[in-house]
Amino acid sequence: MNNKKEPLLRIAKRDLLPWYNAYGIRLAAVLVSLVVSGLFIFAVTKLNPVAVYEAIFDGAFGSPRRSWVTVRDTMMLLCIGIGLAPAFKMKFWNIGAEGQVLVGGIVTAGLMRALGSSLPTPVLLALMAVVSLLAGALWGIIPATFKAVWNTNETLFTLMMNYVAIQLTSYCVALWENPFGSNTVGIINQKTKAGWFPRVFGLDYGLNILLVLVLAVGMFIYLKYSKQGYEISVVGDSERTARYAGINVKKVTIRTMAISGAICGMAGFIAVAGSSHTISTSTAGGRGFTAIIVAWLAQFNTFVMILISLLLVFLQKGAIQIASQFNLNDYASQIITGIILFFILGSEFFINYRVILRGRKEAAK
Amino acid sequence: MISGAQLIQLFQSAVFFGTVIMFGAIGEILTEKSGNLNLGVPGIMYLGGIAGLAASFFYEFNNPDPSPIICLILSFAAAFLASALGGLLYSFLTITLRANQNVTGLTLTIFGSGIANFFGGSLNTMAGGVGQISVATTSGVYRANIYNNVPGLGTAGSLLLSYGFMVYLAIVVAVLMAWFLNRTRTGLNLRAVGENPATADAAGINVTRYKYAATCIGAGISGMGGLYYTMDYIKGTWANDGTIEALGWLAVALVIFATWKSLNAIWGSYLFGLLSWMYFYVPGLTRSSQELFKMLPYLVTILVLIAISLRKKRENQPPASLGLPYFREER
Repeated sequence: MNNKKEPLLRIAKRDLLPWYNAYGIRLAAVLVSLVVSGLFIFAVTKLNPVAVYEAIFDGAFGSPRRSWVTVRDTMMLLCIGIGLAPAFKMKFWNIGAEGQVLVGGIVTAGLMRALGSSLPTPVLLALMAVVSLLAGALWGIIPATFKAVWNTNETLFTLMMNYVAIQLTSYCVALWENPFGSNTVGIINQKTKAGWFPRVFGLDYGLNILLVLVLAVGMFIYLKYSKQGYEISVVGDSERTARYAGINVKKVTIRTMAISGAICGMAGFIAVAGSSHTISTSTAGGRGFTAIIVAWLAQFNTFVMILISLLLVFLQKGAIQIASQFNLNDYASQIITGIILFFILGSEFFINYRVILRGRKEAAK
Repeated sequence: MISGAQLIQLFQSAVFFGTVIMFGAIGEILTEKSGNLNLGVPGIMYLGGIAGLAASFFYEFNNPDPSPIICLILSFAAAFLASALGGLLYSFLTITLRANQNVTGLTLTIFGSGIANFFGGSLNTMAGGVGQISVATTSGVYRANIYNNVPGLGTAGSLLLSYGFMVYLAIVVAVLMAWFLNRTRTGLNLRAVGENPATADAAGINVTRYKYAATCIGAGISGMGGLYYTMDYIKGTWANDGTIEALGWLAVALVIFATWKSLNAIWGSYLFGLLSWMYFYVPGLTRSSQELFKMLPYLVTILVLIAISLRKKRENQPPASLGLPYFREER
């Protein structure tokens, strides 16, 4: 092999980087991506990028009302991300969060309409929570069972389940249409507010925040310190090792997906009862897909997910603001989100590998 | 009952609809045969659609008397290039930078739909007037067909010859793809990469090059679906309504339905079109039950997915390393 020239660039696996270096690289990636997005905005609109970023901040935190909406939507995205964490840790590609959120939302809205006048709100809330958990769990158990028993491809199965749920939502929207001809369900129980989240700590979205933060802490502990969490990580690392160690892989797969689906169903409950008080396909609105990226980038750490969710929601809110302020359209937010995610995804490479130039001696460590 | 005229109409709608997703699915079949599960198909179709539209728009906008041939070449080349660039971005991130395939694909979908709807909206504003872009000449080229120009072709003519050239191009590409994958040395090598990259590597096949090429060309073909959608399906206009995204996911479903064989994708795509439009012609459906009807393509796909995993016939399985990364030193 001596007659072959040494390649210009070689890569070598890094030893585990200390966490602050790893986050340094990720932070650098976000900064570079913001510069690139800024250049993009400037190239397209000739607007001063700094002014645009100021407007983004204004859109997300410019008034107390906007700040609360930003926090509420962050919690929603976070909740779905928390739901996906155990499945991904098990290397089960649950792309079906969108559908799991929607079925949770459908049953919540259905119960709210049907029982709003006959049950007191606390009982109704508890009932809706339980049923939405079950509905989401069911949506997760179906593909998990086929994966566990017949090794059916879960990525594609869960993806298809999304569209079944989306059509189911459209069906219910047409069925429950109010007022007739509007093609929306309208605000459910607008006068009585039956089945709506009550204000907690004097905050409109207090209960949303409380529920999701409890879930975040709970999931962190579950994955890191419980026996079941350990089983999940063994199955995720190597199914054969898991089987050798006496772990029932089928049981763990189905159980984990039930939990994953249930939490996503819960997100649907929070979205309907705790914020929009209506149901439509935009109740999930692509968040089921965005949350996949959140959960993956955070490497299943629910506290890191808070930061990533906040960053993404911040950008979305901001882009809606620049859209109206500078007469653009708010799809700019998707472009910026895409650019930032591409850079973060790419940066993972530099955390795990070193690039060595030709002729450079490989350092000892 | 459904009348004869309605049946013809249903068939034609199914072909229009099917052609969009057939392009998407054939490109994705090529990509998946290399072991890359690219969930960015909707984004790529968006890129193809907007690039073709933008190229012909600027040409028509600046030329009072646009030449149909140049319109065709410009929009076609722009759409293919833009979609292939999307594939290149995906390849660079997943193959060279070793990022996760699913997450990269989903990000590409977000990015592509953002780019397309952002510029589509801007083009609509630039077009002025009613705020609706229209590229009449280019769209005319894409929609020109034999049936409208030759009299006396009857029902058979309206069923078979009333479509723009891309409908036939899709079938040709599907047949060529089947030939390429099953009858050529390069196609065999590509399938080896998708089944077992380590073995292919040991046999002297350049795995990286094959994956890059299959993903980029596959993306280019998928993007043609977006081009056909903007030029023919919605007649050279743009609407920010998310239809391309829904069609893109249906194309991903079609790949499974066709069990990774492009010949199956031909009739599969028309069947999906039929299932998607049937609600329009079934009498007695309420507006809500129509929505349940539109669930059919997805339900059928799930059934196929289950069936192939139950029967375990070797020729119907997904490529063995689909979605798995291959890094030589991490075998």
